[in-house]
Amino acid sequence: MQNDNIIQHPQFIREGKQVAFAPGTLKKVHELILRYPEGQQKSALLPLLHIAQEELGGHLSVDIMDYVASLLGIQPVEVYEVATFYSMFYLDNMGKYVIEVCRTGPCALAGSEQILAHLRDVLEIKPGETTPDGIFSLREVECLGSCGTAPVMQVNTEYYEKLTPGKVDRLLEDLREYANKNKPGGSTWVEKFC
Amino acid sequence: MGGKILLASIDIPGIREFGVYRASGGYAAVEQALRGMTPAQVGNEVTKSGLRGRGGAGFPTGLKWSFLDRKSDKPRYLVCNADESEPGTFKDRYLMHHLPHLLIEGLIISSYALGVKTCYIYIRGEFKYLVGILETAIREANKNGFLGERILGTDFSLNIYVHPGAGAYICGEETALLESLEGKRGNPRIKPPFPAFKGLYGCPTVVNNVETLATVAPIIRMGGEAYAKIGRGKSTGTKLISACGNINNPGVYEIEMGLPVEDFIYAPEYCGGIANDKYLKAVIPGGSSVPILPADLMLNTARGEKRLMTYESLADGEFATGTMLGSGGFIVFDEDACIVRNTWNLAHFYRHESCGQCSPCREGTGWMERVLYRIEHGAGKMSDIDLLVRVAKNIEGNTICPLGDAAAWPVASAIRHFRREFEYHVKHPEVVKNTSHGALNYEVESMIPDSGTGVNYW
Amino acid sequence: MRGLTTKKMKVTIDNIPVEVEDGTTILQAARKIGGKVVPPAMCYYSKLKGSGGKCRTCLVKVSQGSAKDPRPMPKLVASCSTPVQDGMVVQNLTSPEVVEARKGIVEFLLLNHPLDCPVCDQAGECDLQDLSFGYGMEETATEDDRREFPMTDIGENIKLHMNRCILCYRCVYAADQLTDKRLHGVLYRGDVSEIGTFIRNAVTNEFSGNMIDVCPVGALTDKTFRFKSRVWFLKPMNAHRECARCAGKTVAWMFGNEIYRVTGRKDQFGEVEEFICNECRFEKKDAGDWVIEGPRHISRQSVISANHYEEMTEPSVIDPIAGKMEKDE
Repeated sequence: MQNDNIIQHPQFIREGKQVAFAPGTLKKVHELILRYPEGQQKSALLPLLHIAQEELGGHLSVDIMDYVASLLGIQPVEVYEVATFYSMFYLDNMGKYVIEVCRTGPCALAGSEQILAHLRDVLEIKPGETTPDGIFSLREVECLGSCGTAPVMQVNTEYYEKLTPGKVDRLLEDLREYANKNKPGGSTWVEKFC
Repeated sequence: MGGKILLASIDIPGIREFGVYRASGGYAAVEQALRGMTPAQVGNEVTKSGLRGRGGAGFPTGLKWSFLDRKSDKPRYLVCNADESEPGTFKDRYLMHHLPHLLIEGLIISSYALGVKTCYIYIRGEFKYLVGILETAIREANKNGFLGERILGTDFSLNIYVHPGAGAYICGEETALLESLEGKRGNPRIKPPFPAFKGLYGCPTVVNNVETLATVAPIIRMGGEAYAKIGRGKSTGTKLISACGNINNPGVYEIEMGLPVEDFIYAPEYCGGIANDKYLKAVIPGGSSVPILPADLMLNTARGEKRLMTYESLADGEFATGTMLGSGGFIVFDEDACIVRNTWNLAHFYRHESCGQCSPCREGTGWMERVLYRIEHGAGKMSDIDLLVRVAKNIEGNTICPLGDAAAWPVASAIRHFRREFEYHVKHPEVVKNTSHGALNYEVESMIPDSGTGVNYW
Repeated sequence: MRGLTTKKMKVTIDNIPVEVEDGTTILQAARKIGGKVVPPAMCYYSKLKGSGGKCRTCLVKVSQGSAKDPRPMPKLVASCSTPVQDGMVVQNLTSPEVVEARKGIVEFLLLNHPLDCPVCDQAGECDLQDLSFGYGMEETATEDDRREFPMTDIGENIKLHMNRCILCYRCVYAADQLTDKRLHGVLYRGDVSEIGTFIRNAVTNEFSGNMIDVCPVGALTDKTFRFKSRVWFLKPMNAHRECARCAGKTVAWMFGNEIYRVTGRKDQFGEVEEFICNECRFEKKDAGDWVIEGPRHISRQSVISANHYEEMTEPSVIDPIAGKMEKDE
């Protein structure tokens, strides 16, 4: 009998690509590190990984994580441990828009399963996959803390609430258009930290 | 409605801005505390108010503050727990979104009382949009002399920083939160030592929920004794309840403690009754971790008294016939909701969110999820139901942190109160397998994650 | 001076009183008494700072918190990380609740642990095997497949068999505290978390071999010894050599005059007395490299001591099967 409980985490490689934050971002990063007491710069790891993921290609490659480790003066494996723990960090290539549908309790009561089914039908991908054109990735996530406006999904950290299949269709249309015009969605992490 | 304390000024246009907030009486409590009271006096008022932790455990805030190690010469920290991720709970998000300055005000007063110079707001990463709102509020407060060096010309200095998480329910547990804040995996720490002695960076630390800290501002404004007069018995003051599920008016409501549950569900100014004129089937009143109660036990206790929205009344009958106020995430199920499916759904949540550090939680949450999945999808056995009860019992109380309990209680209580529904699932696999059941009008099979394990990281 | 002022704490464990220093954990107090009173520990390792609290097998009942505050503790507590109080009363085996809970924990630990003892190098010296013998159920209650990970190598000398791992974190603490930089860690979370290097990386740094010794199960094994022999066919001999890196005090596991493997010297609680370097462990496999002191006493209940190697005065070839048959007659 085939075991459907096989856990195969992808193997990653260090490509040795040069990665670095833009000078403006780097300045902000150093400010962020100063928010924590001396010797505790590792505390800035989560904010830095958010910024790195957003500004350096949409996911955390080994090279990016090594770079962040060097900025904070910690071992690379300490970054890998953290990046694999938190669900907002992506280790693999993602689409331009990552659609994350909340599947937990109250959203399920409000029909999130239909929303997800609809997205699967329309995008023709399963959760965990990316459309061939590289525009959309679909994910199922746990409670987004928006239960009063369920069902809800998050597209690149922006919330879309009280969803219906019709709303989803309109949103996808808009996003496709933005994707072609290269218009970014929402403000960046660096902008959020003032 | 009246009697609003936290949300009293929420309807004032532009209240999110410093100027408007200040003009409506904001930051007066900071002036009052810093200019006219000693830190001990502030702590006293909080103790007198009877305020209890609003994050879920309901531990008296004044008592928690009194544990802080004041003999240590290390710096002290206040950490605001804004990692709101309990399914059904969205009150802190609402509060921070509309009244960021109320939280800042509470943080300044609390930091003053605790002798804290650095305060972190740990907010869940998904609430990225709130990071900007809070940072703006902090900058405004800074500019107006309520933060930074020598606040209001006193000796008291304070800096507040926002720190985003990155998607982990477990980081709402205070020691996991501290680990995460230190840039590590969100593995809860083994207690003792408690954060009051060894918290952030090994220094004395207090971790409080957003609503708890925001409430400190009105407590100082009105006085602890006046606050304690509101509410009922040991459940003093008001509480934010986030109502969701099959009701007419989902949303965040500030209620005076002691409101009858029935009124909260049916009154037009609150939930407004069950949606689509259906009947009430069950309620999870305090976020998904607390036991589910069927309608009759929710409205009236086993002793036949009206159940009230207080810590004590909701817990009346303990777990046999009671539940908990928890975080105030009020999830309502109508007559068509499938309890088994909901229980499986939540078990999936806890499996996904277990940090995996201690064995009962790591293995037990996965086991319960797999068994519930089988039952829900028409492949269960009668013995599976008792197996679930046994696994839940083996997890409960034996884990490092309360996530184990939080995963075990929903399963144990659902079986306790709705065993017949589980048995129905086992006896009629064709019904649950091939047709939609419960309120959900969809094909069950199409929703099965393809890995078959329900774990989906990629 | 400080020693004089340290207060002694009186603790009773399973009705046996013992006096220990302030700050001692319940587990350490129980170890001072010794014997069956000692709760089993799968993740705690006294020589690794920060270890413990995770596996929950050492849970005990505190039926009296202290002389000052005699209330019982509301939940079972992890004895490895709970400090004693003066007048504390602890129940280990005398509490049916503890025994039941421990059975439950063992069930959880075995839920996804493969039953591949017949091909596992750790068999015969495996803490989980001992624990299952003591507390395990005869039949498994689960009908699900066990979790399976692909097997990986972490370096030329260490094999990682993730299926067997019980996530005790000992190897992570060992790498953190004994080697110059840690190259592996716990990745992912929940029941899909694993020990690994994330990228293809060889853990070869000095002292990394001690990860094998601290592993309570067969998740980390010595590649220079894999499948060479069952441990109970070997004779553990205390051995030492001049070593620039470590104390050079080891146990050489011999078959005849051949050294099959080298490990640290483990005490009665299965903990290494002194950590050894990689050179001693992996490279010195010639009997001439070592001064053989004599048989090592294995105090644990173990099949290793079944053929009475200690009675032999010098290492010599014996036929273990013949020996066993002789004994049976």
